[in-house]
Amino acid sequence: MEKYIYYVLNNWDKILFRSSEHVFLAFTAVALACLVGIPIGLLINRNKQLANFVMNGANILQTVPSLAMFALLIPLVGIRDKNAILALFLYGLLPIIKNTYTGIRNVDPAITEAAKGMGMSSFQMLYKVQTPLAVPVIMAGVRIATVTGIGVATIATLIGSGGLGALIYQGISVMNYPMMISGALAAALLALLTDYILGLLERLMTSKGITTK
Amino acid sequence: MIQLIDVSKTFNGKDMVVDNLSLEIKQGELVVLVGESGCGKTTTMKMINRLEEASSGTIKINGKDIKETNAIDLRRNIGYVIQQVGLFPHLTVGQNIGVVPRLTKNDPAKIAKRTIELLEMTGLKHEDYLNRYPKELSGGQQQRVGVARALANNPDIVLMDEPFSALDPITRCQLQDELLNLQKELHKTFVFVTHDVDEAIKIGDKIAVIQDGRIMQYDTPETILKKPANQFIQNFVGQDRLWKTPEMLRALDIMDDNYDNMKAIEVKDMVFVQPDTPLSEVLKLHEKHNLSIIPVVEQGVTVGVITEPSILSLLAEIIPGSEGL
Repeated sequence: MEKYIYYVLNNWDKILFRSSEHVFLAFTAVALACLVGIPIGLLINRNKQLANFVMNGANILQTVPSLAMFALLIPLVGIRDKNAILALFLYGLLPIIKNTYTGIRNVDPAITEAAKGMGMSSFQMLYKVQTPLAVPVIMAGVRIATVTGIGVATIATLIGSGGLGALIYQGISVMNYPMMISGALAAALLALLTDYILGLLERLMTSKGITTK
Repeated sequence: MIQLIDVSKTFNGKDMVVDNLSLEIKQGELVVLVGESGCGKTTTMKMINRLEEASSGTIKINGKDIKETNAIDLRRNIGYVIQQVGLFPHLTVGQNIGVVPRLTKNDPAKIAKRTIELLEMTGLKHEDYLNRYPKELSGGQQQRVGVARALANNPDIVLMDEPFSALDPITRCQLQDELLNLQKELHKTFVFVTHDVDEAIKIGDKIAVIQDGRIMQYDTPETILKKPANQFIQNFVGQDRLWKTPEMLRALDIMDDNYDNMKAIEVKDMVFVQPDTPLSEVLKLHEKHNLSIIPVVEQGVTVGVITEPSILSLLAEIIPGSEGL
């Protein structure tokens, strides 16, 4: 046990540095996935066929094993951060698109009928009624994407992107257990902490009228 | 005034939901569209604010074809209340009421004032309800807010699709009474859809009975009860319905107009009634003066008489199960 504490105390700066790399990769990718995925999720509600097409595409992306994804992207964007962010971005798309789409679609039809009957345009309905009501579901998607992203980012070290994966893989290769474990624990803590913060954000963004106490 | 002229609606080009229907609703009238489920009453109503587009025919509001108005502008000037209320759960009561005025870019201070006014009008204390969320209200309170929201932009026309059907009987009755008061006060045109005949009779200035997308009869509740146009309506409103609404019975309905010595009756010194005198008053007179015969006089001419046998025969007619005694 002392070995581990000793390692952490002596390598504090290293762990922090790897964590910051990790956060950079995962957050950039999820932010991009939100920027792209949420509008797609909102738009495909207008057309069922388009929705099926997009969802199938996102589903297929999700089935590609992460290591294979990094490898497949090498011919396109080479290695390092670009590759890692693109891969994490593609993984993040599915939960975000899917949850945005379902969140909007599951708004009570009585509410959308009332909105339409009162004279809202479909854009006003989306912006003033459906999206605010779908916030918890959309945020759940963002949380899944973030936690998955933080998990998958540990493999990004294999294409030279650093991150906490670097500690884990180095630790394995030189049989340095404290190094390996501290990398793994830091990644897990990071995921938990981010999820908690996103949970707070979700509560802030959700109207008190739709939270269940 | 709303005019529906030869309006039909078909879905997928075959299912005729509304069949060549014509209807005229005057400004300030509360017209009830009543019928069994699937008869086309809701579709008829929804064509007025273009939530459904008519397949053929014309609908005019104050003489202007509604197709000439942008559907969204049209809807903003027509109040709309539905059975499931459809309040926006993420907005407070006050924000819900202000939705349409905000869409039409009214002055925020005016909207706030109007919101308070509407809450009071629909029987909710604004200081208690303004900042509550819909989930904190009972069904009846929610629908009051629904009505307030529909009135927010001060529309001339309000469409109501079974607004009280999901409420318990006591609340329903209260809201019906308050709707009647509102209409008396505001003189708006209400188009009210229901499957409940009692409700239709209670609140309607006029009732349109609809079957298979066609209007079977369009008249006052009283006429529909007393002179149903056909067997369907008679069955639909029910034989005993008149008995439940005795305030609609008048001297005209009880009198014997084949009385032998009608001409011989000297009206001058006698107590007499008008044809439209309510039954309750006739009975009071009968008891007070202990009269065996009360003439019914219209413009100085005796048109019939009310006698004990004529009252009894009326009872036999309207008490359920006593027909053919």
